[in-house]
Amino acid sequence: MPINYYIFLSVCLFCIGIIGVLTRRNAIVIFMCIELMLNAVNLLLVAFSRMHHAAAQSLDAASMAGAEAQIFVFFIMVVAAAEVTVGLAIIVMLYRNIHSVDINFLNRLKH
Amino acid sequence: MPITEIIFWTLSSAAILAALMVIFSKNPVHSVLWLIVVFFAISGHYVLLNAQFLAIVNMIVYAGAIMVLFLFVIMLMNMNADQEPNKSKWMKMAGVVSGGSLMLILVATLKNNTAVAGGQEAGIGLIQQLGRTLFSEYVVPFEISSVLFLSAMVGAIILGKKEKGIIETNVSK
Repeated sequence: MPINYYIFLSVCLFCIGIIGVLTRRNAIVIFMCIELMLNAVNLLLVAFSRMHHAAAQSLDAASMAGAEAQIFVFFIMVVAAAEVTVGLAIIVMLYRNIHSVDINFLNRLKH
Repeated sequence: MPITEIIFWTLSSAAILAALMVIFSKNPVHSVLWLIVVFFAISGHYVLLNAQFLAIVNMIVYAGAIMVLFLFVIMLMNMNADQEPNKSKWMKMAGVVSGGSLMLILVATLKNNTAVAGGQEAGIGLIQQLGRTLFSEYVVPFEISSVLFLSAMVGAIILGKKEKGIIETNVSK
């Protein structure tokens, strides 16, 4: 499978996430779009690790290059889980205070 | 057309369609459900790329834990009905145009690659190999991530505590 296909798929998912962040106003949906972008990046990293592994294998058949990228994706998932916890706690606190999750009400830093 | 290509195109179209449904559906609960579809499609891609461990972790952590957390919060807030009354058409169009032009630029920049993500049978994605790498070379980041989880848990609890203090008096004009 050419690496281009994976690049284009990841770019599509990432840009869909960006469009969602820019157009939606519900804070939870925006948060979900951020998760979508993280997953697009993860998919691209795994595809690159496979590509790197194939290139290293053509030089040395017993090579195990490419495992680092998958460890990296694993740590991205770990950090994303922690981020979701804190982010959802912030959204719940917000909802408790202003009784809405519309981000247009969150412009208090402006005035 | 080999079977892997058929699976690739099916999973890709499923992922993109479900991602579009995430941002276009009015109900946040439907958005969460479509996002679960996206995560399962991406897990299928991981299996196709011989990253079985990441496929399982993606299913458990993302489609399992994180999405349940999202669903839980949405149901806690009881906002199954959508309240987005007066969004301006121009802002939406500006968002779509800027996202689309970013996609155009990225595709135009990256379209000349000829590398192949394939090769023969690779064992790097198996749990045995990844576990050996994780617990030999990357054991310090692994332990630090446990501290990160602990601090995230403490932070979530502190943020979620009901408090009568500064914030309420400030926000409720």
